[in-house]
Amino acid sequence: MMSSRLRVFLLWLLLMCAGVAVVANSRFSTDISFFLPSRPTPEQQVLVSQLQDGSVSRLLMLAVEGGDESQRAVASRAMRKGLLAGGQFLSVQNGEAAATDGERDFFLRYRYQLSPAVNDQRFSEAGLREAVGDTIQSLASPMGLLIKPFLAQDPTGELLAVLEQLNPGAQPEMRAGVWASRDGERAMMLLETRAQGSDIDGQAQSIERVREAFDAAKAGMADGGGAGLSMQLSGPGVFAVKSRESIKAEVSKLLLISTLGIVGVLLWAYRSPRLLALGLLPMLSGALAGAVVVSLVYGTVFGITVGFGSALIGEAVDYAIYFFVQSGRLGLAHWRRSFWPTIRLGVMTSALGFGALLFSGFPGLAQLGLYALSGVVTAALVTRFVLPTLAGQVHSVPEPGRWVHSVLALLGQAYRLRIGVLALAMAAGSYLWLERDDLWGANLSALSTVTEAEGANDGRLRADLAAPDARYLVLVTGASQEAALQAAEEVGDRLDGLVHEGVIGGYDTPVRFLPSAERQNRRLAALPEPSVLQARLAAALVDSPLSASKLGPFIDGVASARSAGALQRKDLDGTAMALAVDAMLTRSVKGWNVMLPLRLPSDESDMPVARLEAALAGSGAVFVDMKGEFDTLYGGYVSEAVSLSLAGCALIVLLLGLTLRSPIRLMRVLLTLVLTVAVVIAGLHASGEKLHLLHLVGMLLIVAVGSNYALFFDRAAGGEPLDAATLMSLCVATLTTAIGFGTLAASRVPVLNAIGTTVGPGALLALLLAAVFVYPPQRR
Amino acid sequence: MKRFLRLAVLGLGLGLVASMAHAAYSLDQLMADLAQNKGGRARFVEKRFVALLDKPVVASGEMLYTPPDRLEKRTLLPKPESMVLDKDKLIMERDKRRMSINVSSRPEAQAFVESIRSTLSGNRQALEAHYRLEIQGERTGWTLTLLPTEPEIAALLQRVTVSGSQKQVQRIEYLQVDGDRSELTIEVIEP
Repeated sequence: MMSSRLRVFLLWLLLMCAGVAVVANSRFSTDISFFLPSRPTPEQQVLVSQLQDGSVSRLLMLAVEGGDESQRAVASRAMRKGLLAGGQFLSVQNGEAAATDGERDFFLRYRYQLSPAVNDQRFSEAGLREAVGDTIQSLASPMGLLIKPFLAQDPTGELLAVLEQLNPGAQPEMRAGVWASRDGERAMMLLETRAQGSDIDGQAQSIERVREAFDAAKAGMADGGGAGLSMQLSGPGVFAVKSRESIKAEVSKLLLISTLGIVGVLLWAYRSPRLLALGLLPMLSGALAGAVVVSLVYGTVFGITVGFGSALIGEAVDYAIYFFVQSGRLGLAHWRRSFWPTIRLGVMTSALGFGALLFSGFPGLAQLGLYALSGVVTAALVTRFVLPTLAGQVHSVPEPGRWVHSVLALLGQAYRLRIGVLALAMAAGSYLWLERDDLWGANLSALSTVTEAEGANDGRLRADLAAPDARYLVLVTGASQEAALQAAEEVGDRLDGLVHEGVIGGYDTPVRFLPSAERQNRRLAALPEPSVLQARLAAALVDSPLSASKLGPFIDGVASARSAGALQRKDLDGTAMALAVDAMLTRSVKGWNVMLPLRLPSDESDMPVARLEAALAGSGAVFVDMKGEFDTLYGGYVSEAVSLSLAGCALIVLLLGLTLRSPIRLMRVLLTLVLTVAVVIAGLHASGEKLHLLHLVGMLLIVAVGSNYALFFDRAAGGEPLDAATLMSLCVATLTTAIGFGTLAASRVPVLNAIGTTVGPGALLALLLAAVFVYPPQRR
Repeated sequence: MKRFLRLAVLGLGLGLVASMAHAAYSLDQLMADLAQNKGGRARFVEKRFVALLDKPVVASGEMLYTPPDRLEKRTLLPKPESMVLDKDKLIMERDKRRMSINVSSRPEAQAFVESIRSTLSGNRQALEAHYRLEIQGERTGWTLTLLPTEPEIAALLQRVTVSGSQKQVQRIEYLQVDGDRSELTIEVIEP
């Protein structure tokens, strides 16, 4: 017959294997969706889709520095050639004229579908006379050479009318025939990757191709002329790849530091590899269970969540410590009766703290909460039900050393520090009060892994390239593609008025390349039959220098446009216009979205938001300020985190109140926690840390985690004297928790760093202050 | 699109120049005289001969040159439009529409601009980067011929012929490869 030890062990092993199988099949993600709202408003939805897959998310900006002007230009040309040949980039621009004959042929072919000038009037006898007359006069203008080759097939100048809509706005400086920075010292390029912004592997490959192309360009230059050249690269893809690399590197680093530190402490406390191995079981089970639950609930596990595991290790290992140290001396039954309730209460307060985060609309935060909650509960359950069976009766922990007895003696005198600590707390409180307006001020970018230097570099490249930052957009929606395009045309007509008045500098719209079928058909319906056209043309051009008899290609062109019908999206395939249309016209769950990026009237001016909103009123279109949305998003996260933290704390207080059943004891525990939080936050702010959302969450976790330690001292206040073994277990447990969370403080990922710098010191301080305020004075 | 605009720069060559040129027997003398040009205002008439058209297209207006690199051409008839070359930026306005392009973005566009700008400022070196120069006649009736040396330009343009008498550039003719041509006659209003 199988022993119960073996049964329990096998059951545990089975669950662990299942867990490993789940985690092995999980999708891990390091992308920006960690920060993006799980229940977005329509405006936020624009933000989300632009950040993940918008054309701006696929832009890479590049600068070649060093060498001289012509060396930089040679490198720029060589890179463009190499990158275009590779096929991983949708466009590679460096100011050299692209092979735009394809574009021109496309516009020429579909000129009657695309030209905004085509209407009934245009093709009447009088309209033809005027249009052809204009075109002939244009021959003497700077546009003349453009028109001349197409005069016979397009005498009404529709090609020009199409092209005139596409004025590109600001352009970078030119040096030696390629784009250059404003000071002329760097050659500039703008690339658009084929890989989507959310495809980090694809972005990484694209970046690798760029580096290879640069190296090849350098190597290909005569006489080692490329030796002095260096390259700078920036853009959303670069940040995404860097962020993933740093999170990947951090996660293993953090887990290693945390594990080594905790194993060291445990070995010192247990002096037994067997106990160490057993002690790690609840922690391993907890870490695994956290990952499994997150994976099952969310489908995707964020890299940052795994990094948070190092904190969980420190917290989950506590229960095993209590078990070994306390039950070794008292026996299992006594431990269960006497200590387990205290531990259980600690688990519950922790669970409430982490659990409050579950309700956050900030997906990263909700995931951290779920991970920690399942981890802590699992670790406690394994300690309670699996560990005793596996450990058996024989687990002698070394006697507490002399230092423990000394500390125990000192503990009774800790109350003497009350005045001093209160004074310190008052100082911290006053400091916080004085600085109250200056405490919080960060925005969402404080949570991103992009450093200030990287952000500044990105801004410089963007300014030199006059690259769009797509801050302002108009969002138009429709049930079908056609409906969305029609809506975009209607909004475009309104925006045209604003452009004309100089209120906005301009805007982009997909309907320049793909008008709605309705509008195209209206244009085509204005085209007369060949015989009618011929007759009108002959009458219109009687006195013109251009004889109607030479315009056979025009008659044919109009006839073939009539039979070709409306231009479809698939007709754009293979052209640069397909890309432009796809970037602005996207399919969503509910229908189709059109995004119209707006340009400012000039670099320095502000967007006249009120005018825009007035002009768009009633059209159903939504004006979106991406930066404003970011700020609103962050503000929403903060106010939500405040209410969640308050709710979490309130529940913890309620739980403690119900369990302790003594207002005095409750007040003492709470005083400890409040003072701890105040001192930690004051310390962080005084040391120059910029406080943000995650520090706030850290405050909640101080309350949730720190209360565990206060509870043991509270037992003594409740009449169950603290013995040396319990004190030792408490010290070791606090130390491991502080190591676990403190490790996060070494992280360069702001989310983890903030939690680490808050909770690590907070756990230690909570223990110290609990000794001062909660532990009963031993008056001699 | 950009290519078209750059081609359009060719048009710039078709109307320009209110310069006072001293006729010279040698190229260097002509250039030295042109370099002392202080600029000024002039009337122009531009005729464009296109094979497809039965009659030439005519436009007229005023030009203003400020050495060394600002040139304004205001067409008044038959329809108002304007074109300003300021350093490397070319701004065109017509029917309230405005277009701005950077002419140095393409070698051939650059070449067309140089044919005017460097002639006006007497910059022989810049001219010879794109053209072979020939001078004929005498001070009272000189002719400077620019023959493109770069294949991209030679594919479009046969030659540019600038002629003048004494202090006055009187005529600029662009002859295109397809035989179409345009001629610009210039009369100084004020020096």
